[in-house]
Amino acid sequence: MSFFRNAQKLLRQNIREYGMYIALFVIMAIFTYTTEGVFISPRNISNLFNQTGYIAILAVGMTLVIVIRHIDLSVGFLAGFLGAVAATALVFWKLPLIVVIVLVLLLGILAGLITSFPVAQLKIPSFVASLAAMLIYRGALVLATIKTGTIVIPDPIFNAIGNGYIPDLPILADFLPNIHKLTLLIGLLAVILFVISEISSRRKKQAYNFEVLSMDMFILKLVFVSALVGGITWVLAGYNGISWTLVIVLVVVALYHFITTQTVLGRHIYAIGGNPEAAELSGISVKNLTYIVFGSMGLLTALSGILFTSRLQSATTTAGTLFELDAIAAAYVGGVSAAGGVGKVTGSIIGALVMMSLTSGMNLMGIDISLQYIVRGAVLVAAVVFDVTTRTSSK
Amino acid sequence: MSTPILEMQHITKEFPGVKALNDVSFRVAAGEIHCLVGENGAGKSTLMKVLSGVYPHGSYSGDILFNGQAQKFSGIRDSEKAGIAIIYQELALVPEMTVFENIFLGNEIHNGFTVDWNETIKRATEMLTKVHLDVNPEMKIKDLGVGKQQLIEIAKALSKHVQLLILDEPTAALNETDSENLLDLLRGLKDHGVTCILISHKLKEVISIADSVTVLRDGKTICTLDAHQGEVSEAVLIKHMVGREIDNIYPPRQRMASEEILLEVRNWSAYDPNLGRNVLKEISFNVKKGEIIGFAGLMGSGRTELAKSIFGNPGGYHIQGEMYLRGVQQNFSHPQQAISAGVAYVTEDRKGNGLILIQDVKQNITLANLRAISERGVVDSNAEVKVANEYKTSLNIKTPTVEQTVGNLSGGNQQKVSVAKWLFVKPDLLILDEPTRGIDVGAKYEIYTIMTRLVEQGLSIIMISSELPEILGMSDRVYIVSSGKITGELPAGEATQEKIMHLATN
Ligand SMILES: Nc1ncnc2c1ncn2[C@@H]1O[C@H](COP(=O)(O)OP(=O)(O)OP(=O)(O)O)[C@@H](O)[C@H]1O
Ligand SMILES: [Mg+2]
Repeated sequence: MSFFRNAQKLLRQNIREYGMYIALFVIMAIFTYTTEGVFISPRNISNLFNQTGYIAILAVGMTLVIVIRHIDLSVGFLAGFLGAVAATALVFWKLPLIVVIVLVLLLGILAGLITSFPVAQLKIPSFVASLAAMLIYRGALVLATIKTGTIVIPDPIFNAIGNGYIPDLPILADFLPNIHKLTLLIGLLAVILFVISEISSRRKKQAYNFEVLSMDMFILKLVFVSALVGGITWVLAGYNGISWTLVIVLVVVALYHFITTQTVLGRHIYAIGGNPEAAELSGISVKNLTYIVFGSMGLLTALSGILFTSRLQSATTTAGTLFELDAIAAAYVGGVSAAGGVGKVTGSIIGALVMMSLTSGMNLMGIDISLQYIVRGAVLVAAVVFDVTTRTSSK
Repeated sequence: MSTPILEMQHITKEFPGVKALNDVSFRVAAGEIHCLVGENGAGKSTLMKVLSGVYPHGSYSGDILFNGQAQKFSGIRDSEKAGIAIIYQELALVPEMTVFENIFLGNEIHNGFTVDWNETIKRATEMLTKVHLDVNPEMKIKDLGVGKQQLIEIAKALSKHVQLLILDEPTAALNETDSENLLDLLRGLKDHGVTCILISHKLKEVISIADSVTVLRDGKTICTLDAHQGEVSEAVLIKHMVGREIDNIYPPRQRMASEEILLEVRNWSAYDPNLGRNVLKEISFNVKKGEIIGFAGLMGSGRTELAKSIFGNPGGYHIQGEMYLRGVQQNFSHPQQAISAGVAYVTEDRKGNGLILIQDVKQNITLANLRAISERGVVDSNAEVKVANEYKTSLNIKTPTVEQTVGNLSGGNQQKVSVAKWLFVKPDLLILDEPTRGIDVGAKYEIYTIMTRLVEQGLSIIMISSELPEILGMSDRVYIVSSGKITGELPAGEATQEKIMHLATN
């Protein structure tokens, strides 16, 4: 009995955080039902992850931008433009792949710094500065593709970034032939690492006499997360395994999650979002951090541009259109607060998955695109309303 | 006691982890000035928020009788309609709007859809005369001092035809003259039949104005005293508030006048490009090791500007002059450099630029010195909790855990967090700007004790304060600032209230 009471209490205290996961679960369950299981099929889930990739990467960067009370509208066309640069460099300048990637990433950082220059230096509202940048990058994208039209990329390695999968272990070729063994192994390792790190952090906290989850809730959490990771791994392993896109997204999320939750840099970012004047007086340079956050946004935009271009295996004149809005929506759905100072990278990823699941599920059901926009808009509003109301009532 | 205008019975209000009010009963007679006192976190503000409908009916238990009728306010508008107006601990005016717009904000005078500005200005002028305030109603709030803003808050309340006016620490940010003005105004309102509830930590003021006083402690009513029966004195109030007697307001200290100069500022002038004028003119002073230096002066005399201009100049003033720290010339261009050099600055405006209200106690305490609890840029969150708990104990911060959001603490406890944050920087020079604003007597003593302990360890303190008794009680030397200039310097032995006031106003 006390188990259920504990579970209920935990849920009530963390409703805002868990609400999103529950929403994602419900959405997936509904689509699984309406599409008679096609939605949850390994092939579709694998596709879903790959489609979410480039938006998820943008959403991670956008989270930080919104946390410090800014916005970046330029990322969509910047991603498109940088994709076109990558294509041009590969196809026409014939630069080696690794050089192209490094070049594009550096260009991304540079672009982010340029966008934020008026914001950091002159305190121009970022809405205006990035709107201007958006127009400029849009022009640049058209300029870059005008003579050639769509640039088709023949490089198989580049195209694998958005379409390929990690190789399997060759030695076990006969064992479970239709299952991707390396994927299973990685999933298993992830679960083990997770359990070990949770147990050790719990021990540490107990050593300091800090409050920890009750034992039954702790076990519930371990079982739940392990089952989730295990389930996803199993589904993916049944198709082609883990895609390179997923690998990149996971690395980015892990890195940013670490930075935002564990480091001094992360603390400073959230402090600025919470109260810029207080942060400045605490010795934090708001200006420098504005550059850092926009620079990181630029870097991730470049990465997103590479992923998208690689996925399409070509650069087009309209690449990147409305990406910025998808990223912003993902962040808001994921619980980032427009007032600044609040929001998690992991939340934004879930937000991106929610939005992409809606698209994917409705596509499978054959729902008209017009209706799709309406549903996505409604979900965005519902998510933000839920977030705001649970925030105020928990006070 | 005459007929009560207000009776609150068995009020209990809980927040997660805190019972802020525990079966409180509170009675106010019609036409009196009733003071509400108690330690930080005793529940005073909460009780008034229950009364005014900020915490709506149903979120607390107990009954409210106003004019003999049971009231179930579901929001502040309901209580205003019934004739209750509240002025919060933190001012709630819109800085970018004009005086008259603010007075009628949310209560606009309109013909159908459009606001009648002429009538608004006329009525606003009437209200301003009522509070004896001589300002142009078309001025913006941000251009007025706190004292005047406070009177405008009262004008705003009066425009709503109040019968019961609640003021939550209205004089905390005011100097003595402004406070006296305000108290006189309240006496005048009383003669016109307005009942007042006044919350204050300034016991002298309570004694001078109260008809009766109710003391809260730990969310419970301790007693209600009748001032006309001679029951009220500072000692009696303190005893009821803290549950024990406090003899000394200022801790004893051995004055160890070191001759070593820590900070020396010469011919320091600052031009504020936003205001377009000089805020500091040719200021020279020094601080010796182990000294407490008081900076006295009127509100707006330039003391905060001086502190900020030394502390890395976040206001972007154009500065002329020289500053030497430990004999080395310094030119801080960002607070970060000042902090690294061992200077800390506790701001006067904890809500505006001191604390991050949406973050928790521990994050606020460690923010300015994260390096101390991190290794290679990674924060050790366990060490952080430990540090925060140490300050929670040593400053007696009243919060269930250090994970509590700072915005949920009582005003005085927020101030303690703000002090803790800068103590954790372990500075050599600590600049305290109005350090005891809104802090109860017991906690004041704690802060004074900490200051004493710090200077005995060789730290130096600059204390900016508008409370002269505090300046006189704590300082080794006093500088008096007036209109951006230093108009005098007095050693502790020679300083008196009269001398200081004389220098501060010339
Ligand atoms: N929104 C809230 N959430 C949680 N706890 C709260 C909240 N508001 C107040 N409290 C707690 O309730 C108690 C009473 O607070 P209150 O603000 O009424 O104190 P106070 O008597 O006005 O103190 P002060 O003199 O410092 O202003 C405090 O312990 C405070 O931490
Ligand atoms: Mg209060």
